[in-house]
Amino acid sequence: MSMNSTAAPGLGHGLDISGTTPTPFSRLVRVEMRKAYDTGSGRWLLISTAILTAVVMAIQLAVGISQDDVFLTYNSFLTSTNFSIGLLLPVIGIMLLTSEWSQRTAMVSFSLEPRRPLVIAAKLVVGLALAVVAVAIALVLATICNGLYGALGDDPVVWNAGVAHTAAFVLLQVIGMLTGFAFAALLLNTPAAIVIYMVYSFVLPGLFELGAQLMDWFDRIRPWIDFNYAQGPLVDATMTGKDWAYFAVSGFLWLVIPLAIGVWRVLRAEVK
Amino acid sequence: MIEVQGLTRKYGTFTAVDDISFVCQPGRVTGFLGPNGAGKTTTMRVMVGLTPPTSGRVTIGGHLYRDIPNPGRHVGVLLDASAQHAGRTGREILEIGARTMGLPGTRVDEMLELVSLTASESKRRLRNYSLGMKQRLGIAHALLGDPSVLILDEPANGLDPAGIRWMRGLLKGYAERGGTVLLSSHLLHEVEQIADEMILIGMGRIVAQGDKKTLLAGAAKGAAHSFVTALDNQALATALSAKGITVASAGEGLRVESETVEIGRTALEAGVVLTDLRSGEGGLEDLFLELTSDTQREAMA
Amino acid sequence: MTLDLGSTAPTPFSRLVRVELRKSWDTRAGFWLIASIALIVAAAEIIVLAVVVSQDESVALGDFVGTAAFLTSILLPVLGIMVVTTEWSQRTAMVTFALEPRRPHVIAAKALVGVALTLVTVVVSIAVGALCNALYGILQGGADWTFGWDDFSAFLVTQVLAMLGGFALAALLLNTPAAIVFFFVYKWVLPGLFEIGAQLIGWFSDLRPWLDFQSAQEAVWEWSSSGKDWAELVVSGILWLVVPLTFGIWRILRAEVK
Ligand SMILES: Nc1ncnc2c1ncn2[C@@H]1O[C@H](COP(=O)(O)OP(=O)(O)O)[C@@H](O)[C@H]1O
Ligand SMILES: [Mg+2]
Repeated sequence: MSMNSTAAPGLGHGLDISGTTPTPFSRLVRVEMRKAYDTGSGRWLLISTAILTAVVMAIQLAVGISQDDVFLTYNSFLTSTNFSIGLLLPVIGIMLLTSEWSQRTAMVSFSLEPRRPLVIAAKLVVGLALAVVAVAIALVLATICNGLYGALGDDPVVWNAGVAHTAAFVLLQVIGMLTGFAFAALLLNTPAAIVIYMVYSFVLPGLFELGAQLMDWFDRIRPWIDFNYAQGPLVDATMTGKDWAYFAVSGFLWLVIPLAIGVWRVLRAEVK
Repeated sequence: MIEVQGLTRKYGTFTAVDDISFVCQPGRVTGFLGPNGAGKTTTMRVMVGLTPPTSGRVTIGGHLYRDIPNPGRHVGVLLDASAQHAGRTGREILEIGARTMGLPGTRVDEMLELVSLTASESKRRLRNYSLGMKQRLGIAHALLGDPSVLILDEPANGLDPAGIRWMRGLLKGYAERGGTVLLSSHLLHEVEQIADEMILIGMGRIVAQGDKKTLLAGAAKGAAHSFVTALDNQALATALSAKGITVASAGEGLRVESETVEIGRTALEAGVVLTDLRSGEGGLEDLFLELTSDTQREAMA
Repeated sequence: MTLDLGSTAPTPFSRLVRVELRKSWDTRAGFWLIASIALIVAAAEIIVLAVVVSQDESVALGDFVGTAAFLTSILLPVLGIMVVTTEWSQRTAMVTFALEPRRPHVIAAKALVGVALTLVTVVVSIAVGALCNALYGILQGGADWTFGWDDFSAFLVTQVLAMLGGFALAALLLNTPAAIVFFFVYKWVLPGLFEIGAQLIGWFSDLRPWLDFQSAQEAVWEWSSSGKDWAELVVSGILWLVVPLTFGIWRILRAEVK
């Protein structure tokens, strides 16, 4: 091996770092992207997400074609991704961060790039990129399925894909990913983060609903603290100014606060 | 050069590293030696910013680790070879390191060849690596960025004898070309053979430091001993005893409580032919055990 | 020379169970999982108490316990999963199976620990429920203690089934995140899909009771007298519990432990 590429330091001299540029952020993002799919578990998570999306839509298509009283539109195909992308994208977001702890690779990651916020930011960018890819796949699959539905079924084919709907769809998926990421940052533990996320997305809405029915005061504050609820109008692309206020406040509660505490924790953590 | 200044790390009330200071010079291999749990790993983790110190600081070439841009190009680190994703292949692990540091992919092949991991081994997942193979991979990872400072925690762990010898040569060569090498070990023999400089640590405190000669000179207060075999052991023993030197039989020869030079002189005077004469070697080991005796787990006999 | 085995007794099963029980809570993760189950159950029942007292609603002991049952049916399967998968993710299976190569015994011991912890959870839920109900009686003047043996046994049986469901899934997948995701899909997504399917497709609505393990468990709560109800429970139970458990155990028995 050659020592020539790095200036050999003389006795007692400092390290000459003037010729070294800091690791550019784009490189960190590329590396983190690679780390997201280069392990068996990571790759399978991504592949299963794509397959599940296709399978759910295929079943939906089969039911739609075979049953006369079922009427499907482009948007109904997109909505079915609640059972695929909506479910697994947050898990992807979680694993991006927690696998670094469970597999102890954080030791290497943080010794090669001690500016820890940059590493976390790179992971976040990767999560966002994966969400966008997932959305693109879903849009393509929904287009194919709706086309087939029109070709094979008796019902007229409806392409109800406005810009607002599509944008809302993208935003929803990104939020799902970010929520998983935020919980992961807070807990730094895969099972705990997944359980909490699932409880948050499946169990909590029911409890909020119950509380709102029983107690007036809770009914009044609920929109401000129930992030799932705040995303409701987003699905139908009917957000009003007040809805955005609910969205911002509850989002701050469920996204920004855990993420902030989590990042603060990662920055101070002894990495073992 | 690595400079540790007044470093302390506490865990609750327990002090893992207790106000230690030392310097690792470029062009030399520094051995960091101490029994299990002495605080070696903790010190090295603080060096690379993975553990925050309670007080004190460490600079590498005058910089805090976190201020070094692209640190992999300057400081090679091996702390725990198993702290890698079990589901990645060895090659992929190096590939990721190389990409983070902005190195060409060919560097990965060079490193694999350097640590003698074959192409087929490099395609296996880390889960299926033996201890020694993981260690080789870890060394390859530390060397990837062609750094001028190496920080290696127990690098000989799990290596086969050929691997240990290879590593010794590698690190010596590295230091000769001006690099700074710090390696830790709990085995004296391992460190003794490569280190130019030694830092002895026990229970978080430095108990001795210096080069081998200085350390031995310090230990010489406790009388040195040698092993000698002659054609006529009896005659030699008599001659030595006559000078007031303690002699005891040991194996095929004698154990003599004196320096080798004194034994040679006596043999010359007595006209006895020596077939083997060597220093008791125990010097450093005794010193090590003695200095760290308060900190040993096993009560010293 | 042959090893003299005459004086060594095989590891008794009871000892394996005691060791596995200890392993379930002696790590930080395990301790907190069990502690949070207890805390969540207690917190939920206290919230119910606060709500009903402040809103002047009427409740019975069964309502408190029912709230707990709702939560433990989510948390106990996670416990069942972790009991199995931590052995893999933390690589302790290497030691465990080296000390007791009769792997079915180890698996059985783990399952028994899961059942024991479920029993404890059930007892704690009822105890906290009774306490809340007594407080309710004091505050509102008169409590309703309706909660019979059949309620208790139905609670216990359904919770054990829930825990074993997680256990089976974990044995099948041997991977914590995958097992947890699958469990939540099974628990929260599948019923909705079954419902939609049954509404849309005629033949599926006839088939559904035989596939839907969760609604089949209603039979336990109602102590149904219909033989068909119990047959549906058995058939769907085989599908969701016995089949994954069998495959899972078969897999563990043959697995190379790394
Ligand atoms: N996070 C921690 N909490 C408590 N004690 C710790 C922690 N990390 C290390 N220690 C203790 O500090 C001491 C020094 O450990 P270490 O530096 O790993 O020793 P070694 O010299 O063998 O590398 C040991 O007693 C170890 O148990
Ligand atoms: Mg150590």
